[in-house]
Amino acid sequence: MSTPTPLTRRSALAVAAGAVSGSLLWPGSGRAQAQKPAELKVGITTFLSGPASVFGVPAKQTAEMLFDEINQAGGIGGVPVRALFVDEAPGTDHLVGEFRRLVQNEGVQVMFASISSGSCLACTPLSDELRKTTILWDCGTQRIFEEGRHPFAFRTQGYATPEVLAPLLYLLKTKPDFRTLAVINQDYAWGRDSWEIWKTAMDALKPGVRVVAELFPRLGAPDFSTEITRLLAARPDVIFSTFWGGDLVTLVRQAAERRLFERSTFVLPVAEASMQILGRTMPAGHIIGTRGDHWNNHPRPKDPARLARFVENYRRRFNEYPIYPCHHMYQAISAMQAAYAKAIAAKGGGWPNDQELAAAFRGLEFPTPTSTITLREDGQGLEDQIVGVSTFTERFPFAVPKDMIVFPAAMVSTPVGQKSVDWLKTLKPDLLAQVPAPIAG
Amino acid sequence: MRRGTEATLALLAAAGLLAAAWAAPWLKFVLTIALAKGIAVLGILLLLRAGQVSFGHALFLASGAYAVAFLAPAAPEALLLLPAAALLAGLLGLVVGLFVVRYRDIFFGMLNLAISMVLYSLLEKLYELTRGTDGIRVEPPRVAGFALTLETYVWAMLVLALVLAVGFGAFVRAYLGSPMGQALAGIKTRETRLEFMGVSARRVLLAAYVLSAVMGGVAGAIVGMTTRHVTPLLAYWTSSGELVFIAILGGAGGALGPFLGAAAYELVRVYAAASFADAWQAILGTVLLLVILFAPGGLWGVISGLLGRRAGRAA
Repeated sequence: MSTPTPLTRRSALAVAAGAVSGSLLWPGSGRAQAQKPAELKVGITTFLSGPASVFGVPAKQTAEMLFDEINQAGGIGGVPVRALFVDEAPGTDHLVGEFRRLVQNEGVQVMFASISSGSCLACTPLSDELRKTTILWDCGTQRIFEEGRHPFAFRTQGYATPEVLAPLLYLLKTKPDFRTLAVINQDYAWGRDSWEIWKTAMDALKPGVRVVAELFPRLGAPDFSTEITRLLAARPDVIFSTFWGGDLVTLVRQAAERRLFERSTFVLPVAEASMQILGRTMPAGHIIGTRGDHWNNHPRPKDPARLARFVENYRRRFNEYPIYPCHHMYQAISAMQAAYAKAIAAKGGGWPNDQELAAAFRGLEFPTPTSTITLREDGQGLEDQIVGVSTFTERFPFAVPKDMIVFPAAMVSTPVGQKSVDWLKTLKPDLLAQVPAPIAG
Repeated sequence: MRRGTEATLALLAAAGLLAAAWAAPWLKFVLTIALAKGIAVLGILLLLRAGQVSFGHALFLASGAYAVAFLAPAAPEALLLLPAAALLAGLLGLVVGLFVVRYRDIFFGMLNLAISMVLYSLLEKLYELTRGTDGIRVEPPRVAGFALTLETYVWAMLVLALVLAVGFGAFVRAYLGSPMGQALAGIKTRETRLEFMGVSARRVLLAAYVLSAVMGGVAGAIVGMTTRHVTPLLAYWTSSGELVFIAILGGAGGALGPFLGAAAYELVRVYAAASFADAWQAILGTVLLLVILFAPGGLWGVISGLLGRRAGRAA
């Protein structure tokens, strides 16, 4: 009689295990695509931990705020929206698994992918495979659309090439007679890529500039005094740096203390996000960028009321000014709203399926707080770039640009079908003649 | 534990895994990664038998994954890439092993950690070659000569990982029972006695180290072919820590432990991340603490304890 007992127990155990795993599987929802869903789920990958959470968390806050506003106004096409967030920090295998889970199990209708370029490069092929519209909402790598076609992926903001070329053109326009230059970038893909873009374009537009130092300190290093000493000794006319986040704060503080800013002109294309933290420590008179045109003191926003409303709502809720990732999130959400409106109208009020939604994104034009962005035929968004010189005003307790130049996106972006580095090599110095004049003040 | 019981359990687990993958398509990916990490942890288990913890085993995981990334354009065939990655990781394991098997305990662990961080830095800094932190994309290779659709490819990877996991599991079980495996336990208890018996502790450990490197390489190859995008993060110390974490979670008592641990780890992480996107690290940490405090033998220890008690009562 002893044998049947373990058998039944085993089967009981198996049933229990089955029940537990069954409840874990969360049997899928949201299969019905073409009918109007009860809820529009949006998967958003962003940094919630690690150093890049300085970008990821404000962007998440923006998404929550805007989704609340959309739902109060009745949702998208009458459907309430809900965001599901994924942390990018654990690495590619986790992120790719989460992407699949959100699409295949949660029934997410749109994915927003990634701050990190590595994450975007891993997620974009998935958008092809799962045929799911994916908005690349913040990553900057030029490789995405230059190395392949991705029918379901769209980038609703600018990218590395215009974001580096615009500050270079600004420098060449406003301080054309520099002779020496140094670079200090973080030692990872963005630091290397942005330097390659800058160097290639500079050699084409102003040959003969001597590069006196190329410094690539480790990402997240706590101290840059060695690098600052070398920069002080090398005395470059211009220092180019695409530092961001905490690293930029550390670099500016340490460099300001040792008066490096008095010797050399800095060009900081990703400065804007760190200005609030730096406050008055940021020296005036250096070239700063914001990966787009979304400055708090934008000289002529297309819809001033929209910009003011966004900034005020964000400030009221989170007690700080929005930074560029907030604007990039705004742009992605605005693009999604516009695309759904277009797709629903095209279908005569019906709910679009994945193909119809992706088709609506192609060539889409959507409003942002500061202007309008058009998505090109390859999926790349055309976002204007504004660069200026750091200054202080009555209005803000931190540095903002003055003498701003608005670079039209088409002027500084690589044309469709070309590789950035090849295109930059073909630039001619007469490009400078097309650069608009600075807006005084 | 009787041989039959463990085999039955392994079969049941494999069947359960396939059933879960069939029921929830997205789980296929997570379970493939879990199986791959389980294989890597099997290698760590071998070293744990000798009382040595490698805090740098991601070295072999990453070398396997990068071997796939570099070789895939030239030889897009999974059944060629896997042995190539295993061979490469094995050779690397031999070279590194010749140094590190001279050391024990904390020195062994830290040297492994240091060497894996050297690989991490190289992968990150040789930007022209490795594309730095952005990583390299891997196009899905053919499997046994067939160019599969992406849906079948995901299945093929899962089955391939499962077959390899069972194979390596059986191998490690047999190895631990063999004189070479018994000698590993000898290193842990008293190395001098081993030498008195005329057995070279260094060679015993080196053999285990190379085997564990091969398993790491195979695991890395599966990870590379499944995620289809490899980044230097695979070689970072947190990735090594993850493997040790899984070893502790699963328990070092038997060949099923690593797979239990890996599946538990991946699922806890997925569900923690899904329910609390901001606090998944804290949940994983709590799970590990609970295991250390209340089940020092890991999940496998709990299960084999339960089964052992039942067998005792039945007899």
